[in-house]
Amino acid sequence: MGCTCDDQQNLAQSLQNDTNTWTKLQDLLERFRGQRGSLVTVLQQVQDIYGYLPRPVMQHVAEVLRIKPAKVYGVATFYKQFRLTPMGKYVILLCQGTACHVNGSERLAEALCEELQISEGETTTDGLFTLSSAACLGCCSLAPVMMINGLAYGQLTPQKARQIVKELAEQEKGSLQEGGLQ
Amino acid sequence: MQLVRAHILVCGGTGCTSSGSKQVQDVLAKELEKHKLDKEVKIVETGCHGFCEMGPLVIVYPEGTFYVRVQAEDVPEIVEEHLLKGRIVTRLLYKAPVTEEQIPAYKEINFYKKQLRVALRNCGSINPEVIQEYIARGGYESLEKVLFEMTPEQVIDEIKRSGLRGRGGGGFPTGLKWEFCRRSPGDMKYIICNADEGDPGAFMDRSVLEGDPHSVIEGMAIGAYAIGAREGYIYCRAEYPLAIKRLKIAISQAEELGLLGENILGSGFSFDLHIKEGAGAFVCGEETALMASIEGRRGMPRVRPPFPAQSGLWGKPSNINNVETFANVPVIIKRGAEWFASMGTEKSKGTKVFALTGKVNNTGLVEVPMGITLREIIFDIGGGIVGGKKYKGVQIGGPSGGCIPAHLVDTPVDYESLIEAGAMMGSGGLVVMDETTCMVDLARFFLNFTQSESCGKCTPCREGTKRMLEILTRICNGQGVPEDIETLERLGRVIKSTALCGLGNTAPNPVLSTLRYFRHEYEAHIFEKRCPAHVCSALLVYSIDEEKCIGCGRCLRACPAGAITGEKKEPHKIDPEKCIKCGSCFEKCKQEAIIRS
Ligand SMILES: Cc1cc2nc3c(=O)[nH]c(=O)nc-3n(C[C@H](O)[C@H](O)[C@H](O)COP(=O)(O)O)c2cc1C
Ligand code: SF4
Ligand code: SF4
Ligand code: SF4
Ligand code: FES
Ligand code: FES
Repeated sequence: MGCTCDDQQNLAQSLQNDTNTWTKLQDLLERFRGQRGSLVTVLQQVQDIYGYLPRPVMQHVAEVLRIKPAKVYGVATFYKQFRLTPMGKYVILLCQGTACHVNGSERLAEALCEELQISEGETTTDGLFTLSSAACLGCCSLAPVMMINGLAYGQLTPQKARQIVKELAEQEKGSLQEGGLQ
Repeated sequence: MQLVRAHILVCGGTGCTSSGSKQVQDVLAKELEKHKLDKEVKIVETGCHGFCEMGPLVIVYPEGTFYVRVQAEDVPEIVEEHLLKGRIVTRLLYKAPVTEEQIPAYKEINFYKKQLRVALRNCGSINPEVIQEYIARGGYESLEKVLFEMTPEQVIDEIKRSGLRGRGGGGFPTGLKWEFCRRSPGDMKYIICNADEGDPGAFMDRSVLEGDPHSVIEGMAIGAYAIGAREGYIYCRAEYPLAIKRLKIAISQAEELGLLGENILGSGFSFDLHIKEGAGAFVCGEETALMASIEGRRGMPRVRPPFPAQSGLWGKPSNINNVETFANVPVIIKRGAEWFASMGTEKSKGTKVFALTGKVNNTGLVEVPMGITLREIIFDIGGGIVGGKKYKGVQIGGPSGGCIPAHLVDTPVDYESLIEAGAMMGSGGLVVMDETTCMVDLARFFLNFTQSESCGKCTPCREGTKRMLEILTRICNGQGVPEDIETLERLGRVIKSTALCGLGNTAPNPVLSTLRYFRHEYEAHIFEKRCPAHVCSALLVYSIDEEKCIGCGRCLRACPAGAITGEKKEPHKIDPEKCIKCGSCFEKCKQEAIIRS
């Protein structure tokens, strides 16, 4: 693989050109400038803006908050919540907690990986789905459970899980076609 | 206050929301309006009742009629039959698992009968987003009492005499902890609530925060007064968005009424409370790591001493307690140390909330007096094992805990007895297992969890858990060797005694306890290459019973590996060379012709 500096430069440029998110970022940093212990919170809100933590933005955060870039990067990679690559439109959080495990969550994982043709932690090439896992979603009584964009689906079987994902994909196709007609 | 004829409680906890309680509530509001009942009947959205499996739950008061699994379509019938005509909709009542008897009232259901709700006293009965409902049930009276009638030392003494011990896992006496922090010199002190709830299978803290956030806030304010803090933090995991939302509402409502902030109720005592969202790291539940995380750093534990009571958040004396611990404080102040100490056993007082899950009929949150036996929890409250299968044991305490086998089902549940049995109270996760749970697989599951959550600061935990996991994975894959058992035991002992923090100290527990009670399952995997519970897929062999097979072809179409062949209406065959042991054929066959051994 060659050097990615150019890519990063291009990305940095295009991020700055998106004035909407860029102003939000500046406002955010302004609010937290000089507040001690705010790095985790700042990164959480940056992720709310972009859906992930783009590298040039982390660099920028470090400069504005006067923190070493290595520290920002260290915190970003320590916590599972932070993502360094863009996420799909639908984020599937598959529960891998104890109750879900004894109720067969591993077979759900297999089924979803096969249905989406990706492994855990990856995003489908059309940018629609990201498959991710969580330790416990707090609905163990409904095990096995998955959550898609904040909505929990309980008492799943591999077939049901596939079905839910299929329906979402269909829905997307439908709305794309509608969009095309307008 | 407006007088109403009936209250309808609709559960708005996470479990019920996922089964459709929002839609139920919407339709209910519309139906009430349609029948002009909206002035007479009040809808109350509550927090979790603990019986999420039966959700969405709807309870009609004053009768206390308990409807389960209510869907939006059922609502018109409830309104027309129950509210207009006064006739109970029997088909929506709860049915007892064995007798099939229909039980109309909340209090009569076995699941609730043996429970004793102290920490969960308000969960499911009040609207957590309205502070007045908490106050109407005596909320914030204890704070007032403490501020005007008690000295900090008296508060500490009351908590000490109550015998309250930390509910976050360790079971350290809460009053004593407060005293250390009170005596620690310093003008600035912090009080922190640990709401990180990292155990993958426990959700009681979430339910308390979602269903009764003020009880935690009041408990923290009382604690702050006792230790001499004027600022506090609630560290809540980001995976709990509803809990965070309700906490934010609760804090701002308390501030408005002067129950938080400057000069509370004119007493001269001030207390500010902040929320910090965790970012997904189990180790941040450890107190020194948690404080590092609040400071915006990577959440890694550090060596103790100094203890947080001496040097904690930003180097100041700090006191950290669990959510459930704080939720108990206001009741203790209100009803007295003697009342609290009258529940439980000699050394474990009060109640404990457990998240009862796994292969048991009634799953959910249960709060029971300490000292109750496992049998009472699993068979009386839990209603026994699903499908009448054989009870094998219970995993208690999550990744730091252990398994207690069936023959010890009369073990009383208190801090000491559990440790003696090789498990631990931990956070209160209670996973019931039957004959279809593989203990080696379960041990591997927990170790995989702790291994991936290890922060990597110290070698025994970072490397040791990795080696143990490798061995367990090998055993599950049918490549175990005879020395493995001994190596696991040796590694486990070393890690336990040399790791820096509680994560490493307890990580080997699930393995060691299953080795102690279920050694034969390890041996079956290693020596006979057999998984007695039919879970470890690499050790299974699939074949077709020619007698039973009718040649329908369902399995053939389901097989992803093309391992099944056969003519229509003729018995099919599985080629063991091609079979990848996915189990699809086993699920698809309606004739029970697929043999798994
Ligand atoms: C790895 C690890 C994870 C922990 N996770 C939690 C947790 O999620 N919630 C909690 O209250 N305590 C947790 N604890 C225990 C805390 O360190 C601490 O003992 C507890 O919050 C003290 O409160 P208590 O005295 O009220 O129990 C954890 C400990 C360790 C070592
Ligand atoms: S025991 Fe594990 S989690 Fe704890 S400090 Fe050591 S490496 Fe980190
Ligand atoms: S599904 Fe069962 S009955 Fe049908 S062909 Fe396969 S083994 Fe035979
Ligand atoms: S277990 Fe899976 S791979 Fe093996 S025969 Fe059955 S369907 Fe095919
Ligand atoms: S274990 Fe899956 S929701 Fe708790
Ligand atoms: S969420 Fe409704 S009972 Fe738990």
